[in-house]
Amino acid sequence: MAHEEAVRLEEVSVNYNGVPALEGVSLSVAQGDFLGIIGPNGGGKTTLLKVMLGLIIPGQGRVSVLGKPPGKSRKDIGYIPQYNLFDRDFPISVWDTVLMGRYGKTGLFRRYRRVDKEAVRTTLETVGMLKHRNRQMGKLSGGEQQRVFIARALATEPKLLLLDEPTASVDTATQTEFYELLARLKQQMAIILVSHDISAISIHVDKIACLNRQLFYHGSKEISSEVLEATYKCPVQMIAHGTVPHRVLKEH
Amino acid sequence: MLEVLQYDFIRNALLAGLLASVACGIVGVYVVTKRIVFISGGIAHASFGGIGLGYLIGISPILGAMFFALASALGIGLITRRTRLPEDTAIGILWATGMALGIVFIGLAPGYAPDLFSYLFGNILTVPPADLIVMLVLDVIIVGIVIVLYKEFQALSFDEEFGTVVGVPVEALYLLLLGMIALTVVVLIRVVGIILVIALLTVPATLARQFTYNLRKMMPLAVLFGMAFTLGGLWLSYVLDLASGATIILLSGVTMFIYFGLSRLSRLRIKAQGNKATSEGD
Repeated sequence: MAHEEAVRLEEVSVNYNGVPALEGVSLSVAQGDFLGIIGPNGGGKTTLLKVMLGLIIPGQGRVSVLGKPPGKSRKDIGYIPQYNLFDRDFPISVWDTVLMGRYGKTGLFRRYRRVDKEAVRTTLETVGMLKHRNRQMGKLSGGEQQRVFIARALATEPKLLLLDEPTASVDTATQTEFYELLARLKQQMAIILVSHDISAISIHVDKIACLNRQLFYHGSKEISSEVLEATYKCPVQMIAHGTVPHRVLKEH
Repeated sequence: MLEVLQYDFIRNALLAGLLASVACGIVGVYVVTKRIVFISGGIAHASFGGIGLGYLIGISPILGAMFFALASALGIGLITRRTRLPEDTAIGILWATGMALGIVFIGLAPGYAPDLFSYLFGNILTVPPADLIVMLVLDVIIVGIVIVLYKEFQALSFDEEFGTVVGVPVEALYLLLLGMIALTVVVLIRVVGIILVIALLTVPATLARQFTYNLRKMMPLAVLFGMAFTLGGLWLSYVLDLASGATIILLSGVTMFIYFGLSRLSRLRIKAQGNKATSEGD
């Protein structure tokens, strides 16, 4: 890629019926970055991802994703929506779910081709779900479902991966596995992960930002307790990732 | 029993039942999995306005119903997509407005509306051959659309947001789906009537879902259930001398209750046996 920047936001603001959801958010994510964004519920995390996807047009500010206006670069974005947004019992197999990821490469009226099926096979292999390809989504555990959704996002062959609360439905052991998978993926693409859960941001994340309408972005993993408090409006655990990951509970 | 088949109206009724089952089985699967049962009810009831209009301006009430059903499908679709009016509010308003228009139109129409009752509650025994042709054409359109756009509709029903991101034209597809529901309603009006349509859109698909998790297999299965209900209901109504539309719906509803009752019982029994086995094991 000629351009180095995966995502660039300049002074982006979004209002819902006059209620601000994002205020003056500026952000730059380079190719190969793994950015974790944390913030309280209702802090605008999903809105921010939707702005990057071009699903929400900001009232003010400039957005550029993979060197193009948002929406134009969608086919190069792998998106993993929030877990609870769809019907868990929908009658669909693992294989068909991941095939959806090939839609952008196939298009209206066309049937999926051999290369699409190959891509599905490869991504299912990557997330370790190939042997479950004929199972029904509704019959899988939360962690297994999440891996299928990652496979679906990867099937689009993305240059940028956006994850919305990806660990909400997963237990701790699966989370560790999940982050190891992301760590392998970040060789090939930029990754942005949003979560309300500070512990979801692991040692594999390169950079952390805090979002509560405004974005506190420091471009490094060290976040001061002042920034966290400003984000969450209350004292919280302080995180400091060093060679040994640890968390310090702030006195309060 | 077979001697009734020599009557034209019985043969027409059987054909109408089979044709209606195709539409309601296929579209019903989307109605149930995408959970737009209430929208479908709204479209069905709003089409009553078209029945009234048909009487008023002297065209076929079925054509009027088709026009109204399509218009209200488009209306509900656009309102829920483009405005902030809550979906159920929009549906409720269109539902009642359509029916009110129907009543006003019929009041303004000269003379008496003789088979009004059959549009409301269906009368499969009076389906004219011309309507059979309309039903066949609508079935062909619906099946054709679903075959051509299968993967698009799957994406729309399962995960609209992801669909949007990968470039599925979700809004256009959603309006098309509502349009197909409107056509299905028109097909079903002759068989079970506006008020009872909703049961044939939901029961066959819901039952089919109990036997398969594959959308592609659900559709033919739902069509078969629909055929069993319409033909079985028709036969029962003949034998017991009851209203045909209502009998078809009651047969579907009762089958559904029996199925869920039995499957609950068998689950309880399996559980009881499991408990017994563990206590014996101790």
